[in-house]
Amino acid sequence: MIYDHILIRYGELSLKGKNRKAFTNQLHENVRNQLREFPLIQINSSRDRMLITLNGEDPTEIISICQRIFGIHSLSLAIKAENDLVAIKEAALFALKDEKDVQTFKVSVRRANKDFPIPSQELNAIIGEHLLKNTSNITVDVHQPDLEVNIDIRKQHTFITSARYPGAGGLPVGTSGKSLLLLSGGIDSPVAGYLAMRRGVKIEAIHFHSPPYTSEGAKEKVLDLTRKLSEFGHDINVHVVPFTAIQEKIHREIPFGYSMTVMRRMMLKISEIVASRLDILSITTGESLGQVASQTMESMHAINAVTSYPVLRPLIMMDKSEIIKIAEEIGTYPISIRPFDDCCTIFVPNSPKTKPKKDKVEYYESHLDLTKELADLLDNIEVIKVSNSDQEDAPFNHLF
Amino acid sequence: MIYFDNSATTKPHDDILETFIEVSRKYYGNTSSAHQFGLEADRLLRESYQQASQLLSVNPTEIIFTSGGTEGNNMAVKGIAHAYQNRGNHLITTEIEHPSILNAFRSMEEMGFEVTYLPVDQSGIVSVETVKKALREDTILVSIMHVNNEMGTIQPIEQIGRLLKDRRYTFFHVDDVQGFGKVDLKWKDAYVDLATISGHKIHGLKGTGLLYVRDGIRLYPLFHGGGQQNNRRSGTENLAGIVSLVRAIRLILEQSLHHQDHLIQLNQVLREQLNQISEVIINTPENQAPHILNISIPGLKPEVVLHALEERQIYVSTQAACSSKKNDESTVLRAIQLPKEQRNSALRISLSYQNTSGEIILFVQALKRIINELKQVMR
Repeated sequence: MIYDHILIRYGELSLKGKNRKAFTNQLHENVRNQLREFPLIQINSSRDRMLITLNGEDPTEIISICQRIFGIHSLSLAIKAENDLVAIKEAALFALKDEKDVQTFKVSVRRANKDFPIPSQELNAIIGEHLLKNTSNITVDVHQPDLEVNIDIRKQHTFITSARYPGAGGLPVGTSGKSLLLLSGGIDSPVAGYLAMRRGVKIEAIHFHSPPYTSEGAKEKVLDLTRKLSEFGHDINVHVVPFTAIQEKIHREIPFGYSMTVMRRMMLKISEIVASRLDILSITTGESLGQVASQTMESMHAINAVTSYPVLRPLIMMDKSEIIKIAEEIGTYPISIRPFDDCCTIFVPNSPKTKPKKDKVEYYESHLDLTKELADLLDNIEVIKVSNSDQEDAPFNHLF
Repeated sequence: MIYFDNSATTKPHDDILETFIEVSRKYYGNTSSAHQFGLEADRLLRESYQQASQLLSVNPTEIIFTSGGTEGNNMAVKGIAHAYQNRGNHLITTEIEHPSILNAFRSMEEMGFEVTYLPVDQSGIVSVETVKKALREDTILVSIMHVNNEMGTIQPIEQIGRLLKDRRYTFFHVDDVQGFGKVDLKWKDAYVDLATISGHKIHGLKGTGLLYVRDGIRLYPLFHGGGQQNNRRSGTENLAGIVSLVRAIRLILEQSLHHQDHLIQLNQVLREQLNQISEVIINTPENQAPHILNISIPGLKPEVVLHALEERQIYVSTQAACSSKKNDESTVLRAIQLPKEQRNSALRISLSYQNTSGEIILFVQALKRIINELKQVMR
């Protein structure tokens, strides 16, 4: 006997009333998209759950991919059996024996199909007895079992499941609109992107590139981070902005303590222009209160003033250690710590103002004419589409 | 030529040599250099971690590329002992380990650690019960090989893993140099914390290998330096060696997946054929690793048989290759209490998937003839 299905339980979206259909459709599409490399599987969504028919595909990898998809509460391997006591017994025994290190179990029967002749309570006892008889050193514990064997009797068939794999929670990506993520290459911004995606937001990324002050390595890092993020939802466009000319001019013409603030304002201004061109309604950043000079209350006040777009800051009240923990979990941390400077770390004065005054910034900027540089920049944005199925390093494939 | 000394080393696969040459030629940049050329090498290195982690079902951060089995074993034993010294002073291994384990443990004894060397039964297997009895409050490391290099016996790694899995500060290292690619063992499923493999035992190159270290485990490094490999093994990465190792891993796993029975069949043919020679005793019990068979021809000096076979271009080994030049007798064969005349006349035949049953028949015919000839001389 083998597991021939995967059962997917929805997360929070089960609660979403009228929008439910939109949510299940989006989740269905996201699952199908992430599992496109498994041609044999069939996916069926219903109101309360999704069922993947494996048709011989290996479930292990499918489960681990699904565990990254937002909107899923939990997953289980399932056996589809006939509505027949012998078949159900046999499948339940398999489901119990297939799990390692089980000392206690309980059986839970759900009989949606009332035509099935044996009532749930009675069936519970029958199956439990069958399992006890055919195993050794395993006992029943109805309160805190190591394993719960679930028997779900439906109209056509009965599904038997046991172990539950936790899903990623959140909402299906695409159900909460779109945001433009400022992606630097550091630890924070990919985590911010991840958290936005977990809340159902579809993202595009914008990266400020300043060659020769920043290297190709820095840009590559950003693309690798984006690829990691794309594993959690969808292909992601990265808008690589050539920022050198503007940075140089700011560095030349703005008093030292204020150059960082002005640079940040420019980045936000440019992001707003790019977002509006793409019909994106918000901007997401990895800022965390007090972490660096640009992320103090005063700085944010002065910087945020250039845009009327909502700036989403998922990390704003988090500690660095909490952010790092998430970065490690989602696999962006080792990429982020690769040693390449990004545009935020060069040209930074030794002592940037931590409490810039908004009117002062505006006064300095009034003497700064970036019209030409800005027009040039907007004409030369490079858009790179990053997909998680990209062969990351195809030129090397023949070597392995 | 018939090569039956594959547990000593294997013939490098042509594809693997090609990988080594191409990487050496094209990607010789230092992975730590900041320019495009170094970057490219670094990208290839990262891809190697990725590929290896997928092949081995572990995380990329759980891999340390080494120079081979001896380094991996030393790194595991000394690395754990020094890193967790404050947790305990007691280490456990068996009497039948490879010298790179046994001598690493001896050196730890010199540093003040207490080591228990577990005995094995007559078939060369350590029992879970023995391990259990040896465990103490302050045991920080248990190191047990998967497949014995002289006998081919398989140790109960999964059961021992289960025994140790709830002991947070007793780490479980497995020397998988002889087992990897031949006898299936999923390190994570068996609750193995560290595992050593070597490239040249799987048709890769000498000077390549890998140590698996489960995430969350600290290791005191053998090499200090530029901080490569997450500070766990300094030294400019041997990129060509690393990529070639990953290829070797892929090839041997593909081989064992698609031709799982080939080695088992060879083993059966070899046993059947040898059973027909009354002078030959097969020391390896049934149902052990398919690629290693230890035999004895009491009364005949193994070196003489070895050289007589060599004249016919057939290559086998007396004891483990690395100690076979010394004249002392095998610690492994003594540990399993083989009778003296069997101990003193032991030969090891070690196979690879590249061998054929035709070669086995030729070998046994030659052996038969040699035994007859030598018996007349020796009488």
